[in-house]
Amino acid sequence: MDHPDHRVHDILDYDDMRAMKLGVLCSGGKDSLFACGRAMEKEEVVCLIAIRPENEESYMFHTPNVSLVPLQAEAAGLPLIEIQSAGEKETELGDLRQGLILAREQQGIEGVVTGAVLSVYQATRIQQICHDLGLWCFNPLWYIDQEKYLNSLLEKGFKVLVSGVFAEPFDERWLGRPLDYSAVTLLKHYREHYGIMLTGEGGEYETFVLDAPFFTKRIEIIEASTDYQNYRGFYRIIRARLVDK
Amino acid sequence: MILVIDLCCRGGSLGFDEFVRPIVAIVERSGFDVAPIHFRRITENCLSEADAVILCGTPLADHAFLKEPAAFAWLKETRLPVLGICAGMEVICTIFGGSLGACTEIGMTRVNVTGDDRLFQKESSFSAYELHTFSCTNPNNLEVLAISERCIQVVRHPEKPIFGVMFHPEVRNDWVVEQFLTLSGKYRINP
Repeated sequence: MDHPDHRVHDILDYDDMRAMKLGVLCSGGKDSLFACGRAMEKEEVVCLIAIRPENEESYMFHTPNVSLVPLQAEAAGLPLIEIQSAGEKETELGDLRQGLILAREQQGIEGVVTGAVLSVYQATRIQQICHDLGLWCFNPLWYIDQEKYLNSLLEKGFKVLVSGVFAEPFDERWLGRPLDYSAVTLLKHYREHYGIMLTGEGGEYETFVLDAPFFTKRIEIIEASTDYQNYRGFYRIIRARLVDK
Repeated sequence: MILVIDLCCRGGSLGFDEFVRPIVAIVERSGFDVAPIHFRRITENCLSEADAVILCGTPLADHAFLKEPAAFAWLKETRLPVLGICAGMEVICTIFGGSLGACTEIGMTRVNVTGDDRLFQKESSFSAYELHTFSCTNPNNLEVLAISERCIQVVRHPEKPIFGVMFHPEVRNDWVVEQFLTLSGKYRINP
């Protein structure tokens, strides 16, 4: 049947057998890179797309260490489309839109992948922009079982550290801590007693990925600093490099 | 066993993770056995083993299922309770003689229950997640059970326990799926 919405008509012709070219919205954290790995299993990931907000309170984009996404892109052997954003509530959506347009022009993306887990705010806005641009939108972690997801992340060999904490009861020792099985056990305890989301989807903590199964090299941190006060802190990576795995 | 049907353009696609896996999880949490299957692989045999069927949604840009109505002809004959979600409601609407029109809703919308059915007796109005570019503009003989400001949100077949919901109950409204599963044993029409 004919699609009554002409914008959708073009993408109806999507060839069922051909892998779709996708760009992955990448903050440097575990969710976007796990989603990237999942997308690589199903389609063709042609680039990472990073929005670098100047504002650490960005509504849409996770902030700590997003400046190191270029190292992750290099480790994954993927081109990176990078957009600077003032990180203010309304303009950052326009910046995201520009990033997706650029990714389509430069890398021919047909769709976008995000690491959204539960955020209707984030998913709604990205879905709307993709719809306006005639791009597919995939959220492979959407409403995933959070405990199974974290276990799967570790089983698949992702090396992840905690790059920011923003809620009680996270103390300074979490900054730079590897997200391993013992950390997950403690996070489960925090979920029971403090009501945090296991994956940090509520902004309780942020992460940075040092290694992923699809990286050909891993990231080694040479120098970092921490800044912590009242259950709020950042682990800032000052110098890092790629090394052989 | 609850048959959960993937309506995405390709079996095992990325869309499965987003639109089928969350429904499978709700069915499992509700204590039912579940069998996910792609819509092109449905057979009489798998339908005969099912106690109820859920037709899942698809990515916003995925409308391939609408090009293949023959794959859903079994809906006309089935005696099973069926819940169609978004794409699933679009299929139910077209299979039973209704028609679709362009209508885009993305994000949270207020749904107002206007009809009388046990499935929606718990709430008269609720906020629901929408992700569609079509809506059912002519439901033909299907009863309308709920609406939003923009479009029909819930339909029911006049004689069979076949429901379509335009919103995505897996986001913040698990109770719709749970209530459907609870009632599915009572709904079932004995041969």
